[in-house]
Amino acid sequence: MDFIAILSIFVLACFVGYYVVWSVTPALHTPLMAVTNAISSVIIVGALIAAAEAESPAAQWLGLVGVLLASINIFGGFAVTERMLAMYKKKDRK
Amino acid sequence: MMMPAGETIATLTALAYLVSGVLFILALRGLSSPETSRTGNRFGMLGMLIAVGTTMATHDAVALPHLVLAIAIGGAIGFFIARRIAMTAMPQLVAAFHSLVGMAAVVVGAAAYANPAAFGILDALTREIHQASRVEMGLGVAIGAITFSGSVIAFLKLNGNMSGKPILLPGRHVINLGMLAAILGLVAYFVGDQSAWVFWTITALSFLIGFLLIIPIGGADMPVVVSMLNSYSGWAAAAMGFTLHNTAMIITGALVGSSGAILSYIMCRAMNRSFLSVIAGGFGAEAASGGGEAKEQRPWKRGSAEDAAFLMKQADSVIIVPGYGMAVSQAQHALREMADLLKKEGVSVKYAIHPVAGRMPGHMNVLLAEANVPYDEVFELEDINSEFAQTDVAFIIGANDVTNPAAKTDKSSPIYGMPILDVANAKTVLFVKRSMGGVGYAGVDNDVFYMDNTMMLLADAKKMVEDIVKALGH
Repeated sequence: MDFIAILSIFVLACFVGYYVVWSVTPALHTPLMAVTNAISSVIIVGALIAAAEAESPAAQWLGLVGVLLASINIFGGFAVTERMLAMYKKKDRK
Repeated sequence: MMMPAGETIATLTALAYLVSGVLFILALRGLSSPETSRTGNRFGMLGMLIAVGTTMATHDAVALPHLVLAIAIGGAIGFFIARRIAMTAMPQLVAAFHSLVGMAAVVVGAAAYANPAAFGILDALTREIHQASRVEMGLGVAIGAITFSGSVIAFLKLNGNMSGKPILLPGRHVINLGMLAAILGLVAYFVGDQSAWVFWTITALSFLIGFLLIIPIGGADMPVVVSMLNSYSGWAAAAMGFTLHNTAMIITGALVGSSGAILSYIMCRAMNRSFLSVIAGGFGAEAASGGGEAKEQRPWKRGSAEDAAFLMKQADSVIIVPGYGMAVSQAQHALREMADLLKKEGVSVKYAIHPVAGRMPGHMNVLLAEANVPYDEVFELEDINSEFAQTDVAFIIGANDVTNPAAKTDKSSPIYGMPILDVANAKTVLFVKRSMGGVGYAGVDNDVFYMDNTMMLLADAKKMVEDIVKALGH
């Protein structure tokens, strides 16, 4: 992909992010931070690539460390978001 | 139409990353209401699964067992922490998670530097890294390192391992700006010279400036810091996405980056402060000493738990205003019990939340949700502020600056201009506070304490609420 194509995706995604985040209800701002945390660990993709290629042992080790760190975040982030969201309840109708 | 096998795979891979990017957008979209939020979270998980699965499937993973092991260990640690963490500790946890994203970005950047061929950023002719990739890599590593060290300081402050008071170094603005300029200069130099020392100096300077940037910021400014670091972790992921030409990473990075930026903006607006003044730090450091001399003894009324219980029982409507003090003493469960008893007496109970109450955006809402307070009883500042005038009792628990009328009247006050909850308009104000001595984070005295219709309930927040619950029981 050429640079301009990537830049276009990036700029448009910033706008999507802008509108989507403004529509998030303030009551869910803490879960928002937890889930953005989890998804930004998609950086694990880079770590996996580094760890999977054999030519450079240094890069492989760095990759493995990256995979470990990002996994903590992915599982922890999604799980804690799930836990928080499960607590938000409406008034029980009696 | 037939395509060569390699090209087909490349197209499918790119499509898969695009799908996971879209799923991440839907994950955030779901948070527009509590009903759709859990579905949104599942979309996020699915998106991550697709991104990880695609990467694993398209690379000959010579080290597959290692990878699976690393994911299993990391996943188990993350899952364990997520299940065990107390809701009151959520700000620290989020800060700790941010630091991990930052470190992961640094590590991936370093791996890309060590093995550029694996990432397809090596120029076939010159055997050097593409110049554009060097810029992206340099910026990614720098932002990642700042996110890491900044989040570590934020974690230590929020967790109480480090004083929440701002630490001010002389000449810090000059030092910080100088270092920032040096980092940018080195990234530019990196384009012409890809030597290891350039790469590692960028990394080291960025770690250092992350520490220095967060050290002078404390206490009630933490919501801005946490949001800002959230934003940085996104930009770091986006920069790495540019290096790897990966759409999932770019879309996610842009989403997270703008999300954190918007949250920082909302927090700054709620304090009527500019983002720059928060980042410059030092707020509250001088004010605390200045307040001492001006303090004259003014009369105030002290009430007991029984008085408070009696007053609220007689009321038609009560608005509860929680703040950081509620989180510190973990009073949310007792508070819900109190509200339940009042509702049984036919009192209408609502909660009013100031955007910067607590130590991170939405902190109070999560704690109330944990205590099973229905979210349709919890209101934001703009939605409830006009109701105080028709309310019998405003019950303030562990909040101070966000109720201080000085923000409206006193031009010289450090909190002047900040939108506040108009608790003073209620017929009676019950103010739960540990002691009369301590003033809020901003170090300003609160006129609400000395009003004729205010009763101070001096005790630990949880203890006081429990006593009120007992008194209501009779």
